[in-house]
Amino acid sequence: MKRSTFWGLFWVTLAALYLFLPLWGAFDFSLRAERDVIGFASYTRAFADDDFWRTFTFSNQMAFVSIIVSVLLIVPTAYWVQLKLPHLRPVVEFITLLPFVIPAIILVFGYIKLYSSPLELGPLTIFPALTNTDLSTNVLLIAGYVVLALPYMYRSVDNGLRAIDVRTLTEAAQSLGAGWFTIMFRIIMPNLRAALLSGALLTFAIVVGELTLATFLGRPAFGPYLQQLGQHKAYEPAALSIVSFLLTWLAMILIYFVTRGSNAQVTGAH
Amino acid sequence: MAQAALAPSAKPNPLVARFAGVPLAWIGLLPFFIFALMFLILPSLSLFTGSFTDAQGNFTFQNILDLSREDIVDAYMLSIQISVVTAIIGGLFGFFIAYALVMTGVPSALRTSLVTFCGVASNFAGVPLAFAFVAALGRTGYITAVLRDTIGYDIYDHGFNLYSFLGLSLTYLYFQFPLMVLVMMPALEGLRREWREASENLGATGIQYWRYIALPILTPSILGTMILLFGNAFGAYATAYALTGGRLQLVSIQIGAQIRGDVLHNPGLGYAMGFGMVVIMALSILAYTWLQRRAERWLQ
Repeated sequence: MKRSTFWGLFWVTLAALYLFLPLWGAFDFSLRAERDVIGFASYTRAFADDDFWRTFTFSNQMAFVSIIVSVLLIVPTAYWVQLKLPHLRPVVEFITLLPFVIPAIILVFGYIKLYSSPLELGPLTIFPALTNTDLSTNVLLIAGYVVLALPYMYRSVDNGLRAIDVRTLTEAAQSLGAGWFTIMFRIIMPNLRAALLSGALLTFAIVVGELTLATFLGRPAFGPYLQQLGQHKAYEPAALSIVSFLLTWLAMILIYFVTRGSNAQVTGAH
Repeated sequence: MAQAALAPSAKPNPLVARFAGVPLAWIGLLPFFIFALMFLILPSLSLFTGSFTDAQGNFTFQNILDLSREDIVDAYMLSIQISVVTAIIGGLFGFFIAYALVMTGVPSALRTSLVTFCGVASNFAGVPLAFAFVAALGRTGYITAVLRDTIGYDIYDHGFNLYSFLGLSLTYLYFQFPLMVLVMMPALEGLRREWREASENLGATGIQYWRYIALPILTPSILGTMILLFGNAFGAYATAYALTGGRLQLVSIQIGAQIRGDVLHNPGLGYAMGFGMVVIMALSILAYTWLQRRAERWLQ
């Protein structure tokens, strides 16, 4: 064996151990919920809890709506920048990178300061306090999730748009009499399938276990539930952590296959 | 074409057609700008104005001056320390792994699975990560138990504690070094074979090649990515909170406590702490962009 291959394998093994051991530890731990028995009791118990399903469903709903909102917000914007306003690209890109500068804890701090009282412009009340009702607090939560996902979603969509010829597609559709709605939903979005799917899956991975926004906005999401469970249980949180890891894993594997397919498609079309 | 130039993309508006000749294309970006204003810029600005407002609503610098209070400086120092330590260790470790994956004869199946694993790990943070570490390295955790039962070494008897600076660093490293691997691999792949051949033709040794050619080219990418890791750890709240509760007084944890109830006994000071956090994040991103530009000069 070459000396460099030896050192290569050394570092790779070290990395694999660092990534694998904590998960294996948590997995093995989660199997020992009953004394002297190796089994899935902690999983059965975790899944038997109604609160688990309630919060998990809630988080999935929030993730779903956040994905829809961010697609509807970002695809037309990125498309319009590419087609009509390329000189505004730096401004839009700068805004999409701001969430890297403003961590979730600061974002939610700002939301609570700004939106826990009615938004007023002089004597004019624009809208009442958003934290008053569950529905309007959910609006804040979803807006926050769209913000957290903004850098990933925008980059994904922008890369997707660069790979297709937006101008030709638009002009071809227009010359056949298509309106903007048709162009957006039947021409552009289907061509961005791979980019949208990978952006959506990443958003899902970020949102489903999210703690900070959900906790401080007081919403019954999966992240706060898991955190609470960890205060008084030992084995169920480990089991649910393994489940969360598998979900993240699944999302990443899907992204890998989705984007790989898109590359093949792009080269095929040329 | 006139219609194309005028109608916004999100909502086609017949009114717009009446303003023919006026550049109205920017209306298409209005939904995005309104969203960004309402849910990103105004909330941040409100913390900014809050930092300069006293309890009576008057302008003041006192909140900013109060940031020099001992407990607050300590919180910033602790957050900065943990971010620097995990950025440097995660950065170096990640660099060696990326190097091993790109430059040495590691089997490609191993390479693909490790890269995928890194993609998952860099996105696996927060509560589940903290609990996985508790189950593995906590006082009753699996690895702790295995070490105690097999070689009789109880890490907790020898000063290890997961709910400490060291424990939190180990946990942060779980998402820090995979991110470094993912960012450094393309940079290492960008090193051209011709550069190495040219240097060898001129009689350079491997060490000279790295010292005078490869490392100077890679340094902006390495430093830039380490800054990214710094910001990654500095802004983290969920992982730290789920792992240590309130035991480590990081800035993010203190801000969380301040939101729950006015623990600083001065709302303005809380906003000033948040503002300070944004300033540090902004400075690190500026440094990152500057280094990124230098990195792009050679690596494309």
